[in-house]
Amino acid sequence: MLEIKNLVKSYGTGERVLKGLNFSTGDKKLTAIIGSSGAGKSTMLRCINRLVTADSGEILLDGVDLLKLRGKQLQHARRQIGMIFQGYNLVDRLTVMENVLSGRLGYVSLLQGVFRKFPADDVDHAYQMLKRVGLSQYINKRCDELSGGERQRVGAARALMQNPSILLADEPTASLDPKTSELIMELIANLAEEMDLPVLINLHNVAQAKHYASRIVGLRGGVMVFDGKPDELTNDQLEHIYTGKAELKEQQEHVTESSR
Amino acid sequence: MMKQEQPISDTGHYKWKKPSFIQNPWIRYGLYLAVFVYLFYAFSTLSLDIQRVMRGIPRAMQIFSSAIPPNFAARGPLIVTGFIESIQITVVATAAGVLLSIPFGFMAAKNISILPVYVLGRAVIIVSRSLHPIVLGVLFVKAVGFGAFAGVLTLIIYTIGFVGKLIAEAIEEIKFGQIEAIKSTGAGYFTILVYAVFPQILPRLIGLTMYQFDINLRASAVIGLVGAGGIGNTLNSAFGRYDYGTASAILLVMIAVILVVEAISGKLRRFTK
Repeated sequence: MLEIKNLVKSYGTGERVLKGLNFSTGDKKLTAIIGSSGAGKSTMLRCINRLVTADSGEILLDGVDLLKLRGKQLQHARRQIGMIFQGYNLVDRLTVMENVLSGRLGYVSLLQGVFRKFPADDVDHAYQMLKRVGLSQYINKRCDELSGGERQRVGAARALMQNPSILLADEPTASLDPKTSELIMELIANLAEEMDLPVLINLHNVAQAKHYASRIVGLRGGVMVFDGKPDELTNDQLEHIYTGKAELKEQQEHVTESSR
Repeated sequence: MMKQEQPISDTGHYKWKKPSFIQNPWIRYGLYLAVFVYLFYAFSTLSLDIQRVMRGIPRAMQIFSSAIPPNFAARGPLIVTGFIESIQITVVATAAGVLLSIPFGFMAAKNISILPVYVLGRAVIIVSRSLHPIVLGVLFVKAVGFGAFAGVLTLIIYTIGFVGKLIAEAIEEIKFGQIEAIKSTGAGYFTILVYAVFPQILPRLIGLTMYQFDINLRASAVIGLVGAGGIGNTLNSAFGRYDYGTASAILLVMIAVILVVEAISGKLRRFTK
């Protein structure tokens, strides 16, 4: 159960990217977050696992406020949150196996990690995971030798190695060609279903969002402007979500002028 | 002074001159004059004496002629032990120096360190870099006495200054996404350094180590001249005895050894990517 309450975030002294965002999800379904660039999609996900620190608000994961955690507690909370990145973010010079096993780094000691002495169960799990995503022939290949689609499979395997209770995906298919993009979306959706995981996924591709998600959330200017089932997302709604920033500003100025 | 309305001169051609680096002619010619006056002053106070140069020439000829042919036989065993010691100094100092450079390099990388640690790391590297190996050699010979140990200490400091700085720079250029990914698995700070930072700088580190080995081998010969062990000591005592044949033999072997080491390290560095 994830609950975001009144989340505010600004970078530096700039304009607020998130302006009091509220969101909650309890069901183990795939939720797609759509919106134009700068709407706050990425920031929202990154606030959840604290890659960026929100200014104010609450993020409750199973009742624990993630924004209040520090040190070891924060690391333990992060283990519960798997993340898949747009740029894959694999450690290029390590092997596929090392990258998948790095999903266990929150559970093992520093020395176990340094000397790659992962528990036998973790290694078994990693083998199964690589088989599941179809990369068992590349176990000892270095990740910079893989194609984009293969890299994202490793990325997904790494995130799921954490045994997370929620999966975040920040535009996981945006760097891939259309066909591979479909395959990876399919894989993520299937894996999440098999593992009974709630998934929050940022998407640029509205068609994909409609196809794979059971719930769609639209962000604009740091607040939620749409929340509903895929078939409730009409063209009017889409236009509302993707209204250009310039237009938005114009509208706001118009409102302030007329209120005088 | 510029007449925009007349770009073409009387001769019917455009006039173009490369704009001067210093626009103001008074400052420009003033600077030329100042440099010239200072050079003249420095030259005149150094008592550069043409007579001394003339008298030096035959002496130099004598040294060179007694250096040819090089005499490998007279002090052969001394040359060999000198080189063995130099290489030992180089190997030990490079290994220890690189190992110590790693923590200081990590400390001095702005993107992964907190400010006080960064300042400390930078301070160590700056101090190490600011002293030339000969100065360090003199200091350590005074501190721990003549011999190889002083040489090892000198080159360790020298290595930290160079390799530590370049490690820090390499870390400041790494891809941050990989750090974010490892961080989001719940890994601790040092685990992140080992998994996300170290693999990214490892090829640079290996290349730097081999490069520094070359540099240290050369430097080990120089610091031997101030008493810090190795072939430099042998060379120094050969000059002291006016034994120019042995000295030229040492110089030739030195060139050969450095060429060989450079060739090997160049080959090896090509394997790292």
